[in-house]
Amino acid sequence: MSPLLSAQGIGKTYGTRTGCRDISFELHAGEVLAIVGESGSGKTTLLRCLSGHIEPTVGRVSYRMRDGRVLCLTDMSEAERRLLMRTDWGFVHQDAREGLRMGVSAGANVGERLMAVGARHYGNIRAAAEDWLARVEIPGERVDDSPWAYSGGMRQRLQIARNLVTEPRLVFMDEPTGGLDVSVQARLLDLIRGLVRRLNLAAIVVTHDLAVARLLSSRMMVMQQGQVIETGLTDQVLEDPQAPYTQLLVSSVLQV
Amino acid sequence: MDTVLRISGLQKSFTLHQQGGVTIPVFNGLTASISSGEAVAVTGPSGRGKSSLLKLVYGTYRASHGAIEVRHEGSWKDIVSSAPHEVLEIRKKSIGYVTQFLRVIPRVPAEMIVAEPLLERGMDEDKALDRARGLLSRLGIQERLWHLSPMTFSGGEQQRVNIARGFAAQFPILLLDEPTASLDAQNRERVLDLIAEARKGGSAIVAVFHDAAERQRACSREISLT
Ligand SMILES: Nc1ncnc2c1ncn2[C@@H]1O[C@H](COP(=O)(O)OP(=O)(O)OP(=O)(O)O)[C@@H](O)[C@H]1O
Ligand SMILES: Nc1ncnc2c1ncn2[C@@H]1O[C@H](COP(=O)(O)OP(=O)(O)OP(=O)(O)O)[C@@H](O)[C@H]1O
Ligand SMILES: [Mg+2]
Ligand SMILES: [Mg+2]
Repeated sequence: MSPLLSAQGIGKTYGTRTGCRDISFELHAGEVLAIVGESGSGKTTLLRCLSGHIEPTVGRVSYRMRDGRVLCLTDMSEAERRLLMRTDWGFVHQDAREGLRMGVSAGANVGERLMAVGARHYGNIRAAAEDWLARVEIPGERVDDSPWAYSGGMRQRLQIARNLVTEPRLVFMDEPTGGLDVSVQARLLDLIRGLVRRLNLAAIVVTHDLAVARLLSSRMMVMQQGQVIETGLTDQVLEDPQAPYTQLLVSSVLQV
Repeated sequence: MDTVLRISGLQKSFTLHQQGGVTIPVFNGLTASISSGEAVAVTGPSGRGKSSLLKLVYGTYRASHGAIEVRHEGSWKDIVSSAPHEVLEIRKKSIGYVTQFLRVIPRVPAEMIVAEPLLERGMDEDKALDRARGLLSRLGIQERLWHLSPMTFSGGEQQRVNIARGFAAQFPILLLDEPTASLDAQNRERVLDLIAEARKGGSAIVAVFHDAAERQRACSREISLT
């Protein structure tokens, strides 16, 4: 089977500053890829290029659609790209406020995504929203609350429900557990891990935490100064790192 | 019996960039082949590369040179040159690996850890859990522990969960790194029984045993690293 997503020679510059450069890889259905690297190494830039949030300065991103056609992101019409982002893809932001509509209830946050893909029956939408909130362990009596009334961990779980309700095949996550307490992180990671496996989701997860990469991903990409300096299976990169920087990264943490 | 694992011209060294770029040579042209139904013991002094050999076969360590070919769904696949997603596919169906210590995942119960290789192969959950519980009970893990995360288990209990996981799916190739190390006499017997059964079922086993008597009972042949 051809890859789900393929990146060829992706580069992005901000004026004279390099965001990321010369990045090529393939992601297959059901694979979880972790992107790690120090602050400013270009992880978010790359993720945004891959997910169509920003246009790369050079390079192409192609994606295998549900009907089997392989399309280049930049060749799609704006309408096609929007539909893709709303249905087949999800994007989990580090700051849940960026990924949620803070002005409407939790239930509406989930229901809205369904309506955007054509669902009209109120009862069904409500039932689907409640079902998804339950799956991310948000109690039924909180459905009508505003996300403002939620804790950081709950907002993050709500953001995940909002993204997964349309049954995407690929989810992008930028530091999904960043800024949360350790105990809240563990619960969220366990939830993400379970959902990714059960739904056979492909995911690209940006994290600076090697333990998160170990737990969630099957493959890793290490970035430094905008470039990918090492790739491989997660256990390979963590247990037999080749590049000096990766060895430094791995030896700087106690045990992963 | 059919050959299921062929290692040829295997070279491996580690370069420690954090320590002045010193290089540790481990293998310099190892060749071996292993057939289904046999159990081969990897022997040699501490630090000689026994664990490294298992990790190379599993693809966790990257070979510097040579080939590690495994029989996978009727054809030969070279672990060294396969793409990451292919290595994952080969592992899922063809290679099991019992590491020396269990990697505990927070909040995942023991029975799920054991059932996971079966679920990954597409077995339905009830059936997979059934088989997992059977193995846990055979290895003397009390029923009240099955639905708990092994986080709080003793070293020996964790190791038995790890072994149950390794034997849950009947892998054509099974790698065992000191599987009996932290176990009492009774549990060692149980593990040796599992190994004998897996061999009868056609698995090829590559194992590291600390104890010479156990090694002789479990294995038919040695790869001696000197
Ligand atoms: N909108 C922008 N305008 C100008 N420069 C930018 C912009 N976004 C990012 N950069 C620069 O591009 C480089 C890569 O930034 P990016 O945000 O991708 O890093 P990162 O790996 O996600 O870092 P962090 O771990 O801190 O989130 C940095 O040097 C950054 O200053
Ligand atoms: N990830 C690694 N990075 C660097 N060096 C390593 C790594 N793994 C193993 N080595 C080195 O390779 C050599 C072989 O180690 P290995 O663990 O395979 O030995 P072993 O035969 O299993 O020893 P023991 O009987 O003590 O378990 C040792 O010198 C070890 O320091
Ligand atoms: Mg970032
Ligand atoms: Mg060893």
